[in-house]
Amino acid sequence: MKKRHISTILFHSLVVLFGCFMIYPLAWMLSASFSEQTQIFQNPGLIPNPFILLNYVIGWSGMSGITFGAFFLNSFTIVMFVMVGSVFSSILAAYAFARINFKMRAVWFTLMLGTMMLPMHVRLIPQYIVFNNLGWINTFLPLIVPAFLGVNGFFIFLFTQYMRGLPKELDQAADVDGCGPFRLFWYIIMPLSVPAIVTVCIFSFIWTWNDFFTQMLYLTDMRKFTVALALRMFIDSQGQSSWGALFAMSILSLAPLFFMFIAFQKYLVEGITAGSIKG
Amino acid sequence: MKNKSARAEVVGHVFLIPWLIGFFGLTVIPMITSLYFSFTHYDMLTPPRWAGLYNYTHMFRDPRFLKSLSVTFRFVLTSVPLQLAFALFVAMALKKNRRGVRFYRAVYYLPSLFGGSIAVAILWRRIFSGDGILNMILGFFGIEGMNWIASPPTALNTLIVLAIWQFGSSMVIFLASLKQIPADYYEAATIDGAGKIRQFFNITLPLLTPMVFFNIVMQIISAFQAFTPAFIVSGGTGGPLDSTLLYSLYIYIRGFGQFQMGYASAMAWMLLIIIATFTGVLFGTSKKWVFYD
Repeated sequence: MKKRHISTILFHSLVVLFGCFMIYPLAWMLSASFSEQTQIFQNPGLIPNPFILLNYVIGWSGMSGITFGAFFLNSFTIVMFVMVGSVFSSILAAYAFARINFKMRAVWFTLMLGTMMLPMHVRLIPQYIVFNNLGWINTFLPLIVPAFLGVNGFFIFLFTQYMRGLPKELDQAADVDGCGPFRLFWYIIMPLSVPAIVTVCIFSFIWTWNDFFTQMLYLTDMRKFTVALALRMFIDSQGQSSWGALFAMSILSLAPLFFMFIAFQKYLVEGITAGSIKG
Repeated sequence: MKNKSARAEVVGHVFLIPWLIGFFGLTVIPMITSLYFSFTHYDMLTPPRWAGLYNYTHMFRDPRFLKSLSVTFRFVLTSVPLQLAFALFVAMALKKNRRGVRFYRAVYYLPSLFGGSIAVAILWRRIFSGDGILNMILGFFGIEGMNWIASPPTALNTLIVLAIWQFGSSMVIFLASLKQIPADYYEAATIDGAGKIRQFFNITLPLLTPMVFFNIVMQIISAFQAFTPAFIVSGGTGGPLDSTLLYSLYIYIRGFGQFQMGYASAMAWMLLIIIATFTGVLFGTSKKWVFYD
């Protein structure tokens, strides 16, 4: 019994030690965001002394008269549309793949899986040229419209897996009652798919929020900047002078992800394991 | 009955309409177009000029391309195996449902939630720079640090560490598959006198190989496309001395910095070939080491 006790203590201390090591950079950034500019690079400790909120005030005031409020609003706008678009296009496609028997199904499904393995670069340049010709540069459209067209195969895959797990009897019962495929989808399958919808929303939130490359490509006007672009701009414009403010805004940029994680941990884990993808 | 299946044919495609538009409009047609561009000189201002195989042959005489290729291979081939090894090791440690384990899993997962963000890339730059926190801590122990980001031999390693730090999502996948292994396998092994280490190599690892395989394929595909950390840490240049010039970054510099869309398209197709080769080899050898029941 005693031996067991020791191994438990050993286990916990190792795991906690390693955990502290992993979390230290994030904790340091959090502490730096509440520290005075002169203290930040003097002190590897985690307790700000004195504790100040000034960095957040300076950071929030943003650049060239545009506050971080505007950048957050831009990011949230894009994220909301991408979430709606991803659910809309993916759930429709998944319904066809999971519940309707038609000849081309296997072919389309295989092609869909194939697109998940493509590096984005092979379609990037022509896409850019088309969006440019449509006059969509400096609008949110190049970031939003693809979501409505089911460009993320992972979401379709996730919905398909989920719907395949719903009982087949539902279809037969609906058929007997004279309920066609459209009403079956709308009144039965979609309401039953709410957990999968939540998972898809969470992942499209995280990925869009963390995206930098596409946003940088299509948004060049500062008023259209997202949080990610504003942060990057912040490094260049402020130079070395205001790391405190930069860290403060970086912490704020991570906050939505953190709250998603706390609130929807279960769905997040399900999403990662169902599709087995990168979080 | 025939009527019904004809109807299913129509209904199926109706539900697929948004995806089909996207598939052709955003994938198939752009792919064909970029394949065409890859055989041309194209600066987006004047029409593309046919160049034959020039872009493809030029690549292998372009020292920056060769450098970026070797940097990318080093990045992929070290970060992916190390990240998965870590993920598996930690998953094994946190497998049992002890007190506090759920909390630990959450803590270890956090970096992979934040890791792709700009904020973390900025933080990384501050950790490893000359006056950054790593050197501050090393100085505390009396060790003289260096500017990890400004020196070519270590710059890429900071990016590899960042990738490994995000082992959390692979860990979650491994944890889920570890739970599926029936407990009686281990009981039987214990009765036969097999120790913990033999149990790991003879039961756990073989049964996990499908998941390991899946993870390797997906992580390799995404590691080949890594962009944001290299872009932020190097300030968009891939420096110092191109030591962080990941493939994606070089495509970006050529395509959107110098407007050589033909060359950038050819590089994109070369990347597709490289990724296809890697996954092809993995699938080809999978029969030898992946166990499906």
